[in-house]
Amino acid sequence: MPRRADAQLMFLVALNALVLLSSLILVDRQFFSLFNFQSMGTQVPELGLLALGVMLAMVSGNGGIDLSGIALANLAGVIAFLLAPLIFSSEDAPAAFFLAFAGIALATGMLGGALNGALIGYAGMTPIIATLGTQLLFTGLAVGLTGGSALRLGYVQIIDDFGNMPIWGIPYSFALFLLIAAALAVLLKFTRFGNHLFLMGSNPKAARFAGLRVQSMLFRTYLLAGILASIAGIIIAARNSSIKWDYGSSYVLVAILIAVMAGVRPEGGYGRVICVVLSAMALQILSSLLNFMQISNFFRDCAWGLMLLLFLANARVDWNAYIPAALRGNARQGS
Amino acid sequence: MTAARTVQTDDTTKPGRLAQLWLWSARHPAVFPAAMIVITCAIIGAVNPDFLHVANLFDILRASAIRGLLALGVFVVLAAGGLDVSFTAIAAFVMYSLTLIVVNFLPGAGIVPILACAALAGGVLGAVNGLLVNALRAPALIVTIGTQYALRGALLSFVGTALFMNIPGSMSAFGQMPLATVTTARGLTVTLPAYVLLTVIVALATSWMLNYTLIGRAVFAVGGKPEIAARLGFRVAHVRIFVFAYAGMLAGIAGVLHVSANRLANPFDLAGTELPVIAAVVLGGARITGGSGTVLGTMLGVILITLVSSVLILLGIPSSWQTAILGGFIILAGLFFARIDRMILK
Repeated sequence: MPRRADAQLMFLVALNALVLLSSLILVDRQFFSLFNFQSMGTQVPELGLLALGVMLAMVSGNGGIDLSGIALANLAGVIAFLLAPLIFSSEDAPAAFFLAFAGIALATGMLGGALNGALIGYAGMTPIIATLGTQLLFTGLAVGLTGGSALRLGYVQIIDDFGNMPIWGIPYSFALFLLIAAALAVLLKFTRFGNHLFLMGSNPKAARFAGLRVQSMLFRTYLLAGILASIAGIIIAARNSSIKWDYGSSYVLVAILIAVMAGVRPEGGYGRVICVVLSAMALQILSSLLNFMQISNFFRDCAWGLMLLLFLANARVDWNAYIPAALRGNARQGS
Repeated sequence: MTAARTVQTDDTTKPGRLAQLWLWSARHPAVFPAAMIVITCAIIGAVNPDFLHVANLFDILRASAIRGLLALGVFVVLAAGGLDVSFTAIAAFVMYSLTLIVVNFLPGAGIVPILACAALAGGVLGAVNGLLVNALRAPALIVTIGTQYALRGALLSFVGTALFMNIPGSMSAFGQMPLATVTTARGLTVTLPAYVLLTVIVALATSWMLNYTLIGRAVFAVGGKPEIAARLGFRVAHVRIFVFAYAGMLAGIAGVLHVSANRLANPFDLAGTELPVIAAVVLGGARITGGSGTVLGTMLGVILITLVSSVLILLGIPSSWQTAILGGFIILAGLFFARIDRMILK
């Protein structure tokens, strides 16, 4: 497995380089301006966080998937928007307002994640049906609470800075995303929860007989995915200074695509955080490239769909078999 | 009609009265949507007696026809242990492309060849889903999410984005053909269109296929335990291709019905309606883990979903809350059936 993992990491680095290289050839130098990279940097976190949530669900096995991510992110934004002004005014105390906003959004994410976790872990529902149901429920609550219209957050300096401004050249939200990813990587690699999660995903039966509390593990996994989704919701709200119930309608696909591209196994038991981060970055650069080339959104959806199928196929091909024997021997020694 | 999985339930232990009720309803999953329909009708009848009128019944049947066709396809896929979310993309692709072709090249084509072409095209697209699920050995949900976006994106970027109203005469005539007409007390005339019959026929055919043919047995066997089905000699890969092709075929037909009923072809239509359809099938008692469910349950699930969305308006609940209530329904049904599954496992 480690060999395959390293290959995946190398592949994703190469993919990033390839996309950058092709943008050097296909579009003008404006693509390589600092501004464009910063703008890409502000867009990666929301996708990356949702993809990390999908990864956690997939790793846990048992047909795990989280379809409710973007719905929960939007709902967290909506509820925070409705409740935060009751506590602090955005004009008099912007910092406190932002804190309250973020706190309420996080609490919503925890509640939503806990609902998913309880349905899947304790009630024994299939992850697909449970998260399909909660996806509709969260979206529905967001529609119902807003009446279907977009909510204008208005210009609050501190929130706008968080969403769009760079610190030492790196956008705040992107730095936060990297921090969260690093923390998640540590959690998965060095804690008991992380080890048990991978064990549970690769062999649920063995995990149960080994005395793992599978129910509680599943609960915590989806709870974590919910929290990640709500952080994505805060970033989305800050970046766009508005909240819409149907924001990111193709994010369900994109989050799954990022996870699959990162080599996360849909059957469970394997996935790396760094690969998801790299995969999200590659997809964002590609998306910006298509934007620069003025290719329609419809074609982009088409391309994402095909790419998902392509990467699923990629996971089924043993590329080593096609490498000449001499090189293969080298590769083995090398790793 | 019950699945192989749920048949061998009565074991040595004698369950209590309540447990027996649970087990009984496990063997008759259609009870769940039926009970919900009765409850909903009773509540709404008490609040607003006008509701219990033939005209409303016609309305609900008409609104259920297209969703019913789609749901039957999803049900067959679910029974075989898969999941399809690409059927709305198939329906939209077939309806728009086919209507475009007929309008431009064969304006005089009759409805029967059009429906046959739609079924064929949908079936081929669905078979591609099946082939991909087999070849990629990935969860059907993820594969069909991929094909859903690929197809929809291809439709909108290569075929067209403009809606048009000059649909072929045969299609609009088919959509208008009446089966029965009633006039309400207020003088409102409500027609039950003939295409509702098509859904009924397909439902009966699907039920017959699942219960009295070898392929029907194969579908449930593959859905229940694929390894055992393979040892029994069922060719699992072929069965998978068949169910996805079947769902695609029904989606193609549903697409043509959609154009005929609305008298316009809009490539943006139908997208996003996959969740309510899947909800209807799940409410009807089909487990996502495969091997269970009935056609009757599925149709009742469809009627329940349609009923709920039309009832909310009568109850004065803003339609913006519809989605949330639908989600709540899925969760409730999922909880109900997960509870039953646990009782059986005990």
